[in-house]
Amino acid sequence: MGDHHHGPATGIGRWLFTTNHKDIGTMYLWFSFAMFILGGTFAMIIRAELFQPGMQLVEPGFFNQMTTLHGLVMVFGAIMPSFVGLANWLIPMMIGAPDMALPRMNNWSFWILPPGFLMLASTLFMEGGAPAFGWTFYAPLSTTYAAPSVTFFIFAIHILGVSSIMGSINIIATVMNMRAPGMTYMKMPLFVWTWLITAFLLVAVMPVLAGAVTMMLMDIHFGTSFFSAAGGGDPVLFQHIFWFFGHPEVYIIILPAFGVVSQIIPAFSRKPLFGYASMVYATASIAFLSFIVWAHHMYTVGMPVAGELFFMYATMLIAVPTGVKVFNWITTMWRGALSFETPMLFCIGFLVLFTIGGFTGLMLSIAPADFQYHDTYFVVAHFHYVMVAGAVFSMTAAVYYWLPKWSGRMYNETMGKVHFWISFVGFNITFFPQHFVGLAGMPRRIPDYALQFADFNMMSSIGAFIYGASQILFLYNVLATIIAGEKVTDDKVWDGAEGLEWTIPTPAPYHTFEVPPKLDAAHA
Amino acid sequence: MRLSANPTTDTVLKLATVSVAMFAFVFVVMVPLYNVLCDALGINGKTSAQAYTAVDAAVDTERSITVQFIATNNDGMPWEFRPQVTAMAVHPGAANDTVFFAANPTAQHMVAQAIPSVSPSRAAEYFHKTECFCFNQQPLEGESDTLMPLQFIVDQDLPKDIKTITLSYTLFDVTARVSEQIAAR
Amino acid sequence: MVGGNVMRSALMALMALPAAAFGDNQVNMSPGVTTIGAEIYDLHMLIMIICVVIGIGVFGVMFYSIIYHRKSRGVVPSQFHESTKVEVAWTVVPFLILIGMAVPATSTLLEVYDNDDAELDILVTGYQWKWKYEYLDESGENVSFFSNLATPQEEIYNTDQKGEHYLLEVDEPLVIPVDTKVRFLITANDVIHSWWVPEIAVKRDAIPGFINETWTKITEEGIYRGQCTELCGAYHGFMPVVVHAVSREEFDAWMDAKRADEAAQVAAAAVDLSLDELMSKGEAVYNAQCLACHGAQGEGGVGNAIAGSAIALGDIGTHLDVGIKGVAGTAMQAFGGQLNDVDMAAVITYQRNAFGNNTGDVIQPSDVASHKQG
Repeated sequence: MGDHHHGPATGIGRWLFTTNHKDIGTMYLWFSFAMFILGGTFAMIIRAELFQPGMQLVEPGFFNQMTTLHGLVMVFGAIMPSFVGLANWLIPMMIGAPDMALPRMNNWSFWILPPGFLMLASTLFMEGGAPAFGWTFYAPLSTTYAAPSVTFFIFAIHILGVSSIMGSINIIATVMNMRAPGMTYMKMPLFVWTWLITAFLLVAVMPVLAGAVTMMLMDIHFGTSFFSAAGGGDPVLFQHIFWFFGHPEVYIIILPAFGVVSQIIPAFSRKPLFGYASMVYATASIAFLSFIVWAHHMYTVGMPVAGELFFMYATMLIAVPTGVKVFNWITTMWRGALSFETPMLFCIGFLVLFTIGGFTGLMLSIAPADFQYHDTYFVVAHFHYVMVAGAVFSMTAAVYYWLPKWSGRMYNETMGKVHFWISFVGFNITFFPQHFVGLAGMPRRIPDYALQFADFNMMSSIGAFIYGASQILFLYNVLATIIAGEKVTDDKVWDGAEGLEWTIPTPAPYHTFEVPPKLDAAHA
Repeated sequence: MRLSANPTTDTVLKLATVSVAMFAFVFVVMVPLYNVLCDALGINGKTSAQAYTAVDAAVDTERSITVQFIATNNDGMPWEFRPQVTAMAVHPGAANDTVFFAANPTAQHMVAQAIPSVSPSRAAEYFHKTECFCFNQQPLEGESDTLMPLQFIVDQDLPKDIKTITLSYTLFDVTARVSEQIAAR
Repeated sequence: MVGGNVMRSALMALMALPAAAFGDNQVNMSPGVTTIGAEIYDLHMLIMIICVVIGIGVFGVMFYSIIYHRKSRGVVPSQFHESTKVEVAWTVVPFLILIGMAVPATSTLLEVYDNDDAELDILVTGYQWKWKYEYLDESGENVSFFSNLATPQEEIYNTDQKGEHYLLEVDEPLVIPVDTKVRFLITANDVIHSWWVPEIAVKRDAIPGFINETWTKITEEGIYRGQCTELCGAYHGFMPVVVHAVSREEFDAWMDAKRADEAAQVAAAAVDLSLDELMSKGEAVYNAQCLACHGAQGEGGVGNAIAGSAIALGDIGTHLDVGIKGVAGTAMQAFGGQLNDVDMAAVITYQRNAFGNNTGDVIQPSDVASHKQG
């Protein structure tokens, strides 16, 4: 294993001009955490206003800006870049490659993100305020009736989309062309598989989002009528195009999380992942099905009944491969020798809470019942269970699991466990009651509510403050680890860990696998 | 087909092509496909924007369909706009006509566009307009009024379970849009 | 079979838990007051119970593992890692369960879409931020009115105690007769809204330029409250829906009274009012329509200030234009189609004389009418 190299450059230039996948992964991870705090701040404002009935803190228009930016920042700024950061750090090491296929494009993919988000955040200070039409920005609220900042919103989306597309092309090119000799597709770690499939989804649907916002731009500035009935267009066309992107998007968010969990659970069960081939096929089925279910977000729009039925059946079907994955993870644990370090705790939390989110998803797929759920807090509860307790918990598990490899230092295990329990309890106090108020009739995206929803809203807000506060503990633990954590003595770090990334020194050297590794007999 | 000898470049070029193709897909496939499906299947209640050419066919006197008319103004449209009759009983295959009253109460010349929408949406493909004021923009001088004609035939093949068809027109003020187009010429 | 009977009774007991509550707080959907709502509730409970049962099974296995398959117990981990039989089983069985769910879901959906044979048609139009209801009548003499949030701003901004139906009360509710199939034709004036009343299980999007239809048949007299369920701008949370379901006789009487009312309004537009009458009516209209954006003291907010404004102190015609036609490109809507001449005259008079404006101007309904004619 070649170990020659000059070390990294020094100063700010190192970070601005780096083409190293580890550096770029690190930047993505820190950036996404900063966005998580920003998006979380917007959430704290929302939950503070919703703490009690009545308007106490903000005006209704500003509240809508908060809900919109919370969604946009969390989805495009926190969750997606965090998993890209993970991909950057891990994929080359997991397949025995020296770096990503296109290291300079990799740098661009990252560096256009901060300006993109700066542009989005700056809309808060523009005349008319930031976008206030929800992260789903339906027309004509987002076209004819939008504040002037909508144009900057559109440019920001274009920038973020370009970043995602470039990153995905890089991932696919890397995985398809740079695996170590002997690493066939069916020998790749599942994390690499899930990212490969996710990257294809991104390349296919991110341009569709770009198309949708371009059509908005044309309607707003160039006199077209894609979404305006007056000129022969149709607001519902916007929804079809948006959700054609939007549904695969939520699988883009969760598939890498599935990959992480598939790496960590076997490690702490000291047992191979159960049903590797099945897991690959299930992931591919989910990705394929994700293209034909989009209108389940639109059940109340007035679609003909045949359309509603088709989308209902297709959506219900997704439960099958998803269920297969949950069963496989649990069977991996079965008769293993389990230990419960922080990464494993977050993965078990994921298993329980993501599955609950999956159940509410199944309930939502039932079209006639959805007439009562749609646009209520029941939906808000569902997607926070799958996105926070799903994707974010998985991401957190990943950081605890791989941080020792990245930094060569061990995090404080007790603090990690405390972080888990406070997060788990705080998360459930925040979001479980939202199922209740949704079923009881509370719509979403409202800054004030009828008195019968007060108790559960107060509970939810308290939970949110608890969950938010616990992330500060996480930040402290990560920083303390990097700066002064106990040095890791065993390169493998975790006795059950498998994979090429555990065969290199700890901390991972700046350049790894400059010579491809020889694979031993079994590497799945 | 290889786009490059270098496998990485080959992959990248192909994926970049897919990206660009998916962007084009939105404009070139999704929009026209949506419009074609709406026109053909009457999804979303859209009726054709072209006049229907009637074919000679027997009128189904056994069956009576209620056609209900609704007229609404969109945001900021100040005209009076109402159907002369709110409902008609018609036989499939028969030609029918009615008028809509429109009045411009302002002092300025204005141009309106009526947008039709049919419910149930699956009835839209069986509702044929041989003449409709919605096919064209409707100009009206200030302080004047007019009667706008609608001629239609309900197709004999209208599914048997549909007994009422509601035709709703929304009137939009397109004066500004029209003057921009004229200025652009 | 005893076990089976116990199961069935338990399930039926669970199914009979309408609107279960935690203390006073509702935690579940309600079957409501329509047959279709009850069907939807039953479907909801069926799916939920199946999910709970599967969840108990799946988590049970997992927690068993967590307890008994721990390294700290000294277990040696197995290394089995695949089984085609098992993968097939847990693909096929869930698929069959889904088919079991899809059957009742399909039949309920088909009923939701059955809009035929209605006895009463009502056109519902979503506006920013209120609903308009129009009872379609063959004669063309439609009873129509706007339905605005009636909760006072003082309650919203916490200077007054909140009433029982805080945010779910309106000035003019929708009145419909029980045991009558009512068809709703739903559209919007500006952006997309959505009309929802949970207890009658009706929700449909209101799309500008398009018409949607749905129906209900309410079996029990009562008052049912809902809200707009599609983000439509700043006051999306402040445009409730209130439905009064009454007996046929009461409904007919109410319709007659409404028609008489509308005739009276037309007559009233020809009559001149005193300044006091205009101010009093104007204040009511201002509070319902203008206050949210222009402030309780005319101090402005989302909208411009009216106290001391050039428009309120200047040319009456210009002021009327702003009220009637709105201001394009801003949030100021055209109220000409929403306020009759009496209300428009009153609110303009009020704005010109309240908040320290004191112009002494008196605008009569006939002034509004002639201004509209240009």
